[in-house]
Amino acid sequence: MITSLTAAEIATKLRTKELSAPEVTQAYLDRIASEDEKYGAFLAIDGERAMAQANEAQKQLDAGTATALTGVPVAIKDNISTEGIETTCASKILKGYIPPYDATVIRKLSEAGAITIGKTNLDEFAMGSSTETSAFKLSRNPWDTSRTPGGSSGGSTVAVAANMAPVSLGSDTGGSIRLPASFCGVVGFKPTYGRCSRFGLVAFASSLDQIGPLAKTVEDAAIISNVITGHCSQDSTSIPDSQISISDLKKGSLKGMKLAFPKEMYGDGTDPAVREATEFALDELRREGVEITEISIPTIPLGVTTYYIIAPAEASSNLGRFDGVRYGPRSEGQGHIDVVAKTRADGFGHEVKARIMIGTYALSAGYYDAFYLRAQQVRAMMTQQFNDAFKEFDLVVSPTAPVVAFPLGAMSQDPMQLKLLDYCTIPANMGGFPAISLQAGFAHGLPVGLQLMGPQMGDEKLLQAAFAVERVFETQRKSPPIP
Amino acid sequence: MAISLDEVRHVAKLARLDLQESEVMSLQTELNALLGHFSDIQALSLHDLEPILHASNLVNVWSDDFVAPSLRRESALKNAPVSKAGLFLVPMIIED
Repeated sequence: MITSLTAAEIATKLRTKELSAPEVTQAYLDRIASEDEKYGAFLAIDGERAMAQANEAQKQLDAGTATALTGVPVAIKDNISTEGIETTCASKILKGYIPPYDATVIRKLSEAGAITIGKTNLDEFAMGSSTETSAFKLSRNPWDTSRTPGGSSGGSTVAVAANMAPVSLGSDTGGSIRLPASFCGVVGFKPTYGRCSRFGLVAFASSLDQIGPLAKTVEDAAIISNVITGHCSQDSTSIPDSQISISDLKKGSLKGMKLAFPKEMYGDGTDPAVREATEFALDELRREGVEITEISIPTIPLGVTTYYIIAPAEASSNLGRFDGVRYGPRSEGQGHIDVVAKTRADGFGHEVKARIMIGTYALSAGYYDAFYLRAQQVRAMMTQQFNDAFKEFDLVVSPTAPVVAFPLGAMSQDPMQLKLLDYCTIPANMGGFPAISLQAGFAHGLPVGLQLMGPQMGDEKLLQAAFAVERVFETQRKSPPIP
Repeated sequence: MAISLDEVRHVAKLARLDLQESEVMSLQTELNALLGHFSDIQALSLHDLEPILHASNLVNVWSDDFVAPSLRRESALKNAPVSKAGLFLVPMIIED
């Protein structure tokens, strides 16, 4: 079946003419049409446009000018701007918004001949960890459709896990690529901060946001990263390109590798079954010659607090632009300020309002020093502690999430519980470190992700290690029970 | 540290959110729960520690100064709820 192939396999079959680009795109469009009602991964599909791109890709393939992604469909999280295709961030305040330009990552994907297969569901403005704050629909975990796929890149993750796209793009501010990857048993990669241009990514928390891939394999994640990374003049925080060698990726060995396991990564909320699966996975790595040392990074338990000050503070500023003047619906009111306040009250969902409120409060006069400044000091301390660990060890390893996918609605009464899901993933955003989640075991019959984190700009080494780790768990890897 | 209903209303005004009274009540509960968790960083002694504002190590990024086409006016206005004469139209701010 075409739709169970990896991106690398599709690319090979396209080059050897075993498959054609229109045939591949049609297979995914058909599968989305028949299956997505069950999973709720997509918010928008433009089949005609996708087929037109596929026909163009076939021309490149026939002319011998194809790249590693020519003709490969990619699903896109709906907070990444796509010219001519509605981009809503799963919010009513952007309903009907059709971006007049492409995000840099989309431009790069198009130039590489990739096909935009559709826009995927997310927590409203990527604020959440279960995709349940979407204003439009629920996304469901292909392992058990009564459970959440995680979030906020839930739709992009489900699209890959349920074979509705071979690869997809997500965004990760506090774990929004890695957490759903862990819950759905796929690969989720957050590159070093700045490796992908944020131009055209609707801003949530600019100092933490990073675009990255969700994929079935580490190799696919590396292939798509190579296309979307690089300096862009429209994002001054983007850093010069350094390509990941796909052939070197496969040469990586685990023997003699030094990993650090910070003991604080098992927080109070860690499910004992997740802990057991993690220990089992670490033992397997030890048998392959990996040296794993328990260390202490005392600031890890402060990560969630730090994140819930910094991210909402930045968001309260970034979301100021949604005022019903340039885009989105406008509500009726008395005078300009009232119109703006009513537009925002009608357009934003509850979680977004809560975060704007906490951010505004944390930045307001009298509280700035107590909250925002202190959080940035803790951020500095945490970054330093991780940098110290990276001087001594190749990578830091931990579970990706403290729990497995939980039933939809189970945490809606306890927002704080939901926030603790990002406990293990937040440090990578704080320090701008690259991090990846891989399927490395099971608890309660559901996938458990293992997270590997590297130093800034250590993406290539991280992916080489991840590729080798993936091979260790290959024989026990499972796919969700999908038709 | 707890936030009062009046403070919630004040912050909502600063944030330009015209909240319903029921939302003011539920947000007060949520914000107070979150503020309770914030106490873990209140207790730390951090005095001289230099804060970081960004994970990026870049400083002074310059770009070339050159003329290039930008977004066309009609494209920029295409998503506006109300526009007129090539401009975004907002409710009147200055009375006549």
